[in-house]
Amino acid sequence: METTRTYFLTDTAIMLGRSLRHVFRSMDTIITVTLMPIAMMLLFVYVLGGAIQTGADNYVNYLLPGILLIAIANSIGYTSYRLFLDMQKGIFERFHSMPIARSAALWGHVLTSLVSNMISLFIIVLVALVMGFRSSAGVLEWLGVAGMLALFTLTLTWIAAIAGLSAKSVDGAAAIAYPIHFLPLISSAFVPTATMPSAVRIFAENQPVTSVVETIRALLSNQPVGSELWLALGWCGGIVLLAYLFAMRVYRRAN
Amino acid sequence: MQKLAIKVEGLQKSFKGLSVLKGVDLEVEKGSIFALLGTNGSGKTTIVKILTTLLRPDSGKAIVGGFDVNQNPGQVRQAISLTGQFAAVDEMLTGRENLILIARLRHLQNPRRIADDLLNRFGLNEAAGRLASTYSGGMRRRLDIAMSLVGNAQLVFLDEPTTGLDPEARIEVWKIIKELAAGGTTVFLTTQYLEEAEQLADRIAILDKGKIIVSGTLAELKKMFPAATVEYIEKQPSLEEIFLAIVGANQEQ
Repeated sequence: METTRTYFLTDTAIMLGRSLRHVFRSMDTIITVTLMPIAMMLLFVYVLGGAIQTGADNYVNYLLPGILLIAIANSIGYTSYRLFLDMQKGIFERFHSMPIARSAALWGHVLTSLVSNMISLFIIVLVALVMGFRSSAGVLEWLGVAGMLALFTLTLTWIAAIAGLSAKSVDGAAAIAYPIHFLPLISSAFVPTATMPSAVRIFAENQPVTSVVETIRALLSNQPVGSELWLALGWCGGIVLLAYLFAMRVYRRAN
Repeated sequence: MQKLAIKVEGLQKSFKGLSVLKGVDLEVEKGSIFALLGTNGSGKTTIVKILTTLLRPDSGKAIVGGFDVNQNPGQVRQAISLTGQFAAVDEMLTGRENLILIARLRHLQNPRRIADDLLNRFGLNEAAGRLASTYSGGMRRRLDIAMSLVGNAQLVFLDEPTTGLDPEARIEVWKIIKELAAGGTTVFLTTQYLEEAEQLADRIAILDKGKIIVSGTLAELKKMFPAATVEYIEKQPSLEEIFLAIVGANQEQ
């Protein structure tokens, strides 16, 4: 163990490099994770946006946090998928029979999700700037936004890891993405919750995505984040911890 | 004791109440080729997984490369390499990248040179820059075995290395295994094919329903069976014979 522990970081970095290559070599992943949210942003701003009353003077400003979360939700199915393939094709067995830190293989996938999401989110923000997105946020606020997005990514990624590790088929591994896709749609990401029927509104206002969206929106518009921040941190922190523990358990048992 | 690369005593393993290994004993001498022969579901892969530290036995003892698989799995992993039942190559990487990946994970100096040497040795030079997903089954298996040889493990496990390969690729893999053993590496191999064991192995053990029922050298095994006898075997007709018989019968009518 002593020898493998000292190599944990190096091994994880090698694993990260490996699966980032997978991401960059698969057009499909890039399109779904980066281009789809951009297309959605174009659609919402230039087609639907004129009819949506948000109270903000600039709909792109209102929309961007939700689009960023949609991009993250779109990407996690690929984490499950890549994990599942590594399990199924015996690649994990090969790694685990080698003198390397055992959890490095799993962390490699998780960090790949984090790094590739940060890249695609950066690109989406650039496109939003071209579309008229403006923010009065300072460096600290932007760091807060990056931190919130990173935590949200990790939360969804660890959930996706459970699915990828325990799935019996490729379809099963990717299926986790579907219910998660809906969470940003039924939140305050695209429209204010006030116009929703009460049952939907209660759900929308009390699910994790809304607090994350509101936190990011407040940070970007340089407003006080208030209790939304603690709610968002509580939701994501709690879920990510549970998902991490559960995924590690499945990982150890499966291998 | 030190002459042995593997020593297994009373190995037992069950999955959800189903007993797969029921007390397996075996010994593999250093530098030899050992073949574990058995049908599908006889427990071959389970033994390989225990010996390569992927699974923990329920009871029994296994010493691999001088270390106990339960107590010192880390040391065992230093000594071994595994080529699993399915070619575990990364299809989204090129042949060369696959080899470099393993060399880096083994923390070796000069991963590039190691990769180039192995590509040469396994005749994969021309395909080195292509994604492994474009490789044929035989090439994939060669790359797979080459990846296991990165770092020159003293003990190599090959779980059904030729299953699913065409005859030509199979002979290629046999050649590689013979070369390995000639270089002093201990090879532990599982197979369903009698011919493969006969071709390669110094010692053969036959696993059936979770127990080793016989083991020894090929010559010893042959001695254990009665001298050649004449047997009458009921032979099922082939489709061709059926066809000819029907056509022939029609013509006679």
